[in-house]
Amino acid sequence: MEPIFLVVIICYMLSTIGYLSYLFLQKDYLQKTGFYLLAAGFLCHTAEIGYQFIQSGHFPVNNLHETLSLVGWTMAGVFLLFQDRFGLKILGVYAAPLITFAMVIAARLPDVPKETGNLLKSMWLVTHVVAIFIGEAALALACGAGIMYLIQEHAIKSKHRGFFFRRLPSLELLDSTGYACIVTGFTMLTFGLITGLIYAKSVWGRFWSWDPKEVWSGITWLLYAALLHQRLTIGWRGRRAAVMAIIGFAVILFTFLGVNFFLKGHHGEFTRM
Amino acid sequence: MLDIVLLGLNHKTAPVELRECLAISKDETSIALKAFQELPSVREVMLFSTCNRVEVLMVVQDKTKAVDAVKIFLSGLKHLPVSGFEKALYTHEGDDAVRHVFRVAASLDSMVLGEPQILGQIKEAYQMATTMKTSGVLLNKLLHRTFFTAKRVRTETGIGDNAVSVSYAAIELGKKIFGTLEGKKVLLIGAGEMAELAVEHLIRNRARSIVVANRTFETGVELAETFNGQAIRFDEIENALQHVDIIISSTGSPDYVVTRNHVKGIARRRYNRPLFFIDIAVPRDIDPEINRLSNSYVYDIDDLQGIVDENLKDRNNEAITGERIVDEAVVSFRNWYESLEVTPTIVELRKKVEGIAKGELEKTLHAIKHLSPDDIEAINRMTEAMVKKILHDPTMLLKSSGRHENKSVYLDVTRKLFKLDE
Repeated sequence: MEPIFLVVIICYMLSTIGYLSYLFLQKDYLQKTGFYLLAAGFLCHTAEIGYQFIQSGHFPVNNLHETLSLVGWTMAGVFLLFQDRFGLKILGVYAAPLITFAMVIAARLPDVPKETGNLLKSMWLVTHVVAIFIGEAALALACGAGIMYLIQEHAIKSKHRGFFFRRLPSLELLDSTGYACIVTGFTMLTFGLITGLIYAKSVWGRFWSWDPKEVWSGITWLLYAALLHQRLTIGWRGRRAAVMAIIGFAVILFTFLGVNFFLKGHHGEFTRM
Repeated sequence: MLDIVLLGLNHKTAPVELRECLAISKDETSIALKAFQELPSVREVMLFSTCNRVEVLMVVQDKTKAVDAVKIFLSGLKHLPVSGFEKALYTHEGDDAVRHVFRVAASLDSMVLGEPQILGQIKEAYQMATTMKTSGVLLNKLLHRTFFTAKRVRTETGIGDNAVSVSYAAIELGKKIFGTLEGKKVLLIGAGEMAELAVEHLIRNRARSIVVANRTFETGVELAETFNGQAIRFDEIENALQHVDIIISSTGSPDYVVTRNHVKGIARRRYNRPLFFIDIAVPRDIDPEINRLSNSYVYDIDDLQGIVDENLKDRNNEAITGERIVDEAVVSFRNWYESLEVTPTIVELRKKVEGIAKGELEKTLHAIKHLSPDDIEAINRMTEAMVKKILHDPTMLLKSSGRHENKSVYLDVTRKLFKLDE
């Protein structure tokens, strides 16, 4: 493992500590520290991934180590953006540990380079992967907002304001942030799927080949499409939207990892250990 | 000697279900006062009922008889067996009763420590008792002391400084649901000081369009005008639910005004935008089942207490000062009360008149230098005889009034006539 990778992980870990102490102590400087540490980690991470890209000449989604690292990177990027846009400070308590977790797992996996030919050099494929990852990172945040929504809603409905009532923001902010995450995530997912289809056509001569990952991606997409449709037509919001965001993310996790481990298909090499 | 006895129940001893069963309306209060007046054991009485308490304050001849009679009367009035509410009742007498009244009025015993409404409610109840002529010397004195003490607690402690109240708690919750209250539509069902206060808080937080629904449309129109709002008829509530965000309900209705089916029916038309119900009424107006519907939140008056409790922790220090003021007031009331005994009053009366005579005598003798010791002695004797003769009849009357029903009235008048309390 390169030293810069270690620096990245340490930054993310410290950021996690910052956010967790913010959760308990409610001092604003703690969450600011967490934010800047995460931003610092993200910059180093960007440099690391860029370096890898240039060094190997292909997009670094060659094995599970690289893929998870890219997941961490996009999550950090998307979180920083959303934090800046919506100011949902407490979301860091969810995002920072998740990013750190992905990175620690990545660090423990062997980084075995493998010749992949021209597969990972196509712009279509890079766009496909980046768009999907950004989308999934946004949907991961939507899941976080959903969990927080459920906790806060429970605090309000049960009338026992516990530890979280003061610490979590309003239901409205959680719901609208979650919604924004889903809209962003869904848009990027759609874009990623389209570029994937185009890429598949250019490589294998057909758009869709009933690869398990394709099928599960389709299911994921339909799930979020249904959620958005319901929200726009009959105002599915609040609890239902939150539960759907959590289920949706569970399906994503399965699509992302489960399919590769339990089912076979042409996406296998991204998560090779 | 007469006893001051207080019988009551409050939010600490009785749950909302029981309080709504025992809540006594204004009309019932006058019926009750009339009935209590006829009890041979009860001399003076007043009754106050708010959503958090029902209290009967009495001056009695025979404590046990009076308390039992009141219990039986309440049981009959509310069609509830005595055993159904007896456990929630507390009885205070003497200093404890006085202290309790002071504490209640000073809002030291309120659900929301330091909330200002209770004093007004007690004043109203006292006014009712004076109109019905059920209050006498003791209650008059006690209540005036009460108002004075409550005012002192309010001005000398920080107990009422921050807007900690049920309405404030509701605002805090509203912010946790809606993020901001700006631009939110409010529906006020019924009227009432606490509900109107909540609406004012909401307006201060930039909520807009206040809609008022009242059983009496004219009252609704008047109220709506004060909030620059709009009045609707009571049967339009269901329709109005479609457009509003926050509902504050405070009616005297014995049944739910808004039911689960109402809300379920309009959820879709509202695009599931959240609805926040604040139910201040006892008995409750809003079906608690609504809280189970998604995006609907119902808080009744007991729920709001939970929130307030936390905010109140900071105020407990102020309350300690308040309790000290109350203790002082209790001691001072006891001194007055004890002075109503015949002997001390007669002694004080004699002292006062003798004092005046002695003072005037000294002045006169000081001015006239040519008197012989015999002359001075004669004048002294004359003065003493005058004092004795002047005081003879009042003393006899006071002594005989010991057997008289209105002893306390005579004593009180005597003390006032001769300014014995200063």
